Amino acid sequence: MTQLPKTTERKMGLVIDLDTCVGCHACVVSCKGWNTENYGAPLSDQDPYGSNPSGTFLNRIHSYEVQPESGPAQLIHFPKSCLHCEDAPCVTVCPTGASYKRVEDGIVLVNESDCIGCGLCAWACPYGARELDRAEGVMKKCTLCVDRIYNENLPEEDRVPACVRTCPSNARHFGDLGDPDSEVSQLVAERGGMDLMPEQDTKPVNKYLPPRPKDMLNDGPREEIDILAPLLAPVVEEPKGFLGWLDKTLEKL
Amino acid sequence: MGHVQPELNLSPKVSDEVRKTTCYMCACRCGINVHMKGGKVAYIEGNRDHPVNQGVLCAKGSAGIMQHNAPSRLRAPLKRVGPRGSGEFEEISWDEALEIATGWLKPIRDTNPEKLAFFTGRDQSQSFTSFWAQNFGTPNYAAHGGFCSVNMAAAGIYTMGGAFWEFGQPDWDHTKLFMLFGVAEDHDSNPIKMGIGKIKARGVKIIGVNPIRTGYNAVADDWVGITPGTDGLFILAIVHELLKAGKIDLDYLARFTNAPVLVNGDPKSPEHGLFLRDDDGKPLVIDRVTGKLTPFDKPGVKPDLAASHRHAGITHRPVMHLLAERYLDAQYAPENLGKSCGVSAQRIKRIAAEIARVAFDEAIEIDQEWTDFRGETHAKMVGRPVSFHAMRGISAHSNGFQTCRALHVLQILLGAVEVPGGFRFKPPYPKPATAHPKPHCKVTPGAPLDGPHLGFTHGPEDLCLKDDGSPARIDKAYTWENPMSSHGLMHMVISNAYAGDPYKIDTLFMYMANMSWNSSMNTSGVMKMLTDTDENGDYVIPRIIYSDAYSSEMVAYADLILPDTTYLERHDCISLLDRPICEADAAADAIRWPVVEPDRDVRGFQSVLCELGAKLNLPGFVNEDGSQKYADYADYITNHQRRPGVGPLAGWRMGENGLTEGRGDVNEGQLDSYIANGGFWTSHVPDEGLYYKPWNKAYQDWAVKIGLYDAPAPYIFQLYVEPMRKFQLAAEGHGDRQPPDHLRDRIKATLDPLPIWYAPFEDDRVDTEEFSIHALTQRPMAMYHSWGTQNAWLRQIHGRNPMYVPTKLWEAHGFKTGDWAKVTSAHGAIIVPVAHMAALNENTIWTWNAIGKRKGAWALDKDAPEATKGFLLNHLIHELLPPKGDGLRWANSDPVTGQAAWFDLRVKIEKVDAPDETKPSAPPIKSPVGQGPDELRWKVET
Repeated sequence: MTQLPKTTERKMGLVIDLDTCVGCHACVVSCKGWNTENYGAPLSDQDPYGSNPSGTFLNRIHSYEVQPESGPAQLIHFPKSCLHCEDAPCVTVCPTGASYKRVEDGIVLVNESDCIGCGLCAWACPYGARELDRAEGVMKKCTLCVDRIYNENLPEEDRVPACVRTCPSNARHFGDLGDPDSEVSQLVAERGGMDLMPEQDTKPVNKYLPPRPKDMLNDGPREEIDILAPLLAPVVEEPKGFLGWLDKTLEKL
Repeated sequence: MGHVQPELNLSPKVSDEVRKTTCYMCACRCGINVHMKGGKVAYIEGNRDHPVNQGVLCAKGSAGIMQHNAPSRLRAPLKRVGPRGSGEFEEISWDEALEIATGWLKPIRDTNPEKLAFFTGRDQSQSFTSFWAQNFGTPNYAAHGGFCSVNMAAAGIYTMGGAFWEFGQPDWDHTKLFMLFGVAEDHDSNPIKMGIGKIKARGVKIIGVNPIRTGYNAVADDWVGITPGTDGLFILAIVHELLKAGKIDLDYLARFTNAPVLVNGDPKSPEHGLFLRDDDGKPLVIDRVTGKLTPFDKPGVKPDLAASHRHAGITHRPVMHLLAERYLDAQYAPENLGKSCGVSAQRIKRIAAEIARVAFDEAIEIDQEWTDFRGETHAKMVGRPVSFHAMRGISAHSNGFQTCRALHVLQILLGAVEVPGGFRFKPPYPKPATAHPKPHCKVTPGAPLDGPHLGFTHGPEDLCLKDDGSPARIDKAYTWENPMSSHGLMHMVISNAYAGDPYKIDTLFMYMANMSWNSSMNTSGVMKMLTDTDENGDYVIPRIIYSDAYSSEMVAYADLILPDTTYLERHDCISLLDRPICEADAAADAIRWPVVEPDRDVRGFQSVLCELGAKLNLPGFVNEDGSQKYADYADYITNHQRRPGVGPLAGWRMGENGLTEGRGDVNEGQLDSYIANGGFWTSHVPDEGLYYKPWNKAYQDWAVKIGLYDAPAPYIFQLYVEPMRKFQLAAEGHGDRQPPDHLRDRIKATLDPLPIWYAPFEDDRVDTEEFSIHALTQRPMAMYHSWGTQNAWLRQIHGRNPMYVPTKLWEAHGFKTGDWAKVTSAHGAIIVPVAHMAALNENTIWTWNAIGKRKGAWALDKDAPEATKGFLLNHLIHELLPPKGDGLRWANSDPVTGQAAWFDLRVKIEKVDAPDETKPSAPPIKSPVGQGPDELRWKVET
């Protein structure tokens, strides 16, 4: 089986804001486009115009409904891709060494020339973040756009993952989560960023920012109203009174 | 195994070249970088320099490579050889295609141009297509606004000289509360997502008002799951609360709106409800300084909101009085709305209080001097930082115009339009209804129409009626049925042409309008109208010419197909004369250009119109010697001048001393300059002109300079829309031009010059106990109209569209996962798969729009889930209301604008055994392009 590096120099990863993600799938398709054209084999599609289309995607959005104890149901859009775990079980399970975690930045990658397509890593990943490409027979996963983030053929501002560059609502952030002073680490600190399924002990590098509390202007008890939004005090109770108020108020303008 | 890392090339070559053009995957018009490898399109990303999207790009835009290479692309002109609807065609040459089209159209033009109905689905070259239609001479031209969101556009322009849509935007950088009504996520979608991201980063609250909590409403801090069609009630209840608490901006109302304008209050007067005007026709106010009648725009005037004026025995009262009287009435009190809008009185009051708190307690000031149209200079720009946005959700109802008006009145009462933190116009707006053309309809055989087709009516005299009072237009736009139908009624064209009401036509000519499928109400009925024959065996609609780039459902119903290019193979201009890409801070326009040449025998539709126009000898398309004036659309874009110095593109025009912008002569190198600049041009509004644009001298002067107006055109907002009152007066019996008797009561009731709410028309025609459920569609962010389904990547995201059912109904009917239901309206029934959704109004069901496909269309397999499990709600919606028994055809449309009332639909639902596939199921059509491949491994190698 394959060893993980003892430490990595940086912990590059994504911070995904679930309060802001509108579920538009821009990141999903931008990822598909870049990674079809770049790193390794193209992301293939089977039966693309037929009855059961399916294809390889490195990033997908799931939508979940949440029914709070009181108040209306909510819909959370949840983008999911490889979380580049510090203790990545997909790497240690790999029989050929094809799966590995980079020392420089912690990115988990698959060396496609060594991958035998056995699928063990996909079974080992508790997040379901790896997909076997059916045309190529190799395992595909998020590369954190390793071929963009250092790419000297791209302008410096474009050296970010394709999903981050394209996200219209700025719900995706990229940076070094090993550096407590980085913008992404500070965002995680400010907004209470969370690990996905921490009980799995995978130590994911990617973090999720939770949705903010919702529906505060609902039918709460009376006391609550005064704190959150005092109701408007009437200046008049009938149209005639209004015109008198109008006149008085205009005098002050 | 120890840790081993292979050597990676971290700087692979990205592409040979980047070509910058404009996206076409929805109505946003984002800038895109098209990465080319070996002459082929390899990757598409957003253009960081572009004013619309600033680098970001949505799922549709990023999937453009699949659209551009879709197997459903048409390959050559087609002539129908089988019966209509069969899909049997033969490929013909362009010479033959243009000869056929000319042979059909020339006799029409020479004898009676109204026999041509020319309508465009995509309306982004409207200034060009309307120019063509005007020169042809038919009155029957419009784009798709009538079945889209004309209520929103017309209400905005009549009320405040601009609309939401992509024509304005919240002041994202300053707003402190954002309220979103029933939005369609396809207009201005990336800018709205970017804006939501910006305000979320600042912790600004978003209130979403929508029966369905998806997309933008899913991230809203507060969600109001309103009952469809009741938004107007909800808004006017908020207005009631604000008036009662005095939380309105009196200074703003006095200066910048018609609140102080005096209105004739004598019910016996033929001018009852009209403005008191001076000899120059200027509305009059009372000056608080002098106490005298004064034109509203006189320098130094301080308009009075309170005083009334008695003259010749008639009391004239300011609009403010009428407005206060109406909305302070107890019928608008939240407590008295009952359960009709599905929002409690307490919640409406809390929302009103939050709006008032932010608008007045968190007002903002920008240190920027500016001068208003009365010559007064203000030291600061003061803003009420509450912003609103709305689209089709509130618009596509038979009470939509009044509801949209109500929302604008709310914005204006708060003083939150064109101020810091509020809603801002994008050039060429602000532009009041009075600065737009009026509609024209005078037909002369062999000659152009007497003016532009579409515009704004200001009274009965502007209606498009023939001398006998019958409708001049095939769609009955600008008639008593819908006197202010500014975008026409595309949804009525086929139905009216089939019925011969108001008259028969010879040729229906359409561009990118999927009328035999998702773009029509009553889809099965439309298919029948398109294929039905008369007693001689001839088609009732004799000839149909259609242009599309793809094998859509409509192709099968045409006699002649003119195949268009993909968006990466064509020239286009996104023009200030039309629907430009401006931002609130800047004027901007853009182009598309062929970043690749077509590999099929197809031509850009607009270029084909240039050639067809010349063959028909249309003025405007031929030179004096009769030769073709514009070789193609690029030639038109460069050389056409609408007014001296004003052409389709404002950038890089030729001035006396070299290149200039806005006004200037033709520049043969203009398109090259656009390409060199990334496909767009921008010009910034001066700082002192950034807000208060309708009244701001600096903005007005700048707008004249770049050619938006020919002279400064300041105006005041129309809380009270006087033209509506003129139609009411006619219905009351005043004036020469009189409505038919059967419409009098409806005009009196619905063309109220102050916003009102009335129940959607369908509620009066069906048993609301039996049909107790509202049914809606929404478009997913990752799909656009019917196009997305041919896209191999997007159809994996949205390949199915179950009917979503709220918890209460799900449980009441005992639905389980995988179940099917029969959904029935007064008009028809469909059998479809259902799915449970909790975040939904408890009496509303909904599905994604236009996922369902006809077998054989779009180069999909006949067993594609879009064809077997997908469906259209359209089958349940008729273009006419259920018959009243009076023999008349009553359109299922707004009575002011004619907007198609898609969202008035009421249904009932029952659980049924799962059929093989959704019902109704139309038989397969033969694909003119075959079917797509079994596998994609789309890597472009250099």
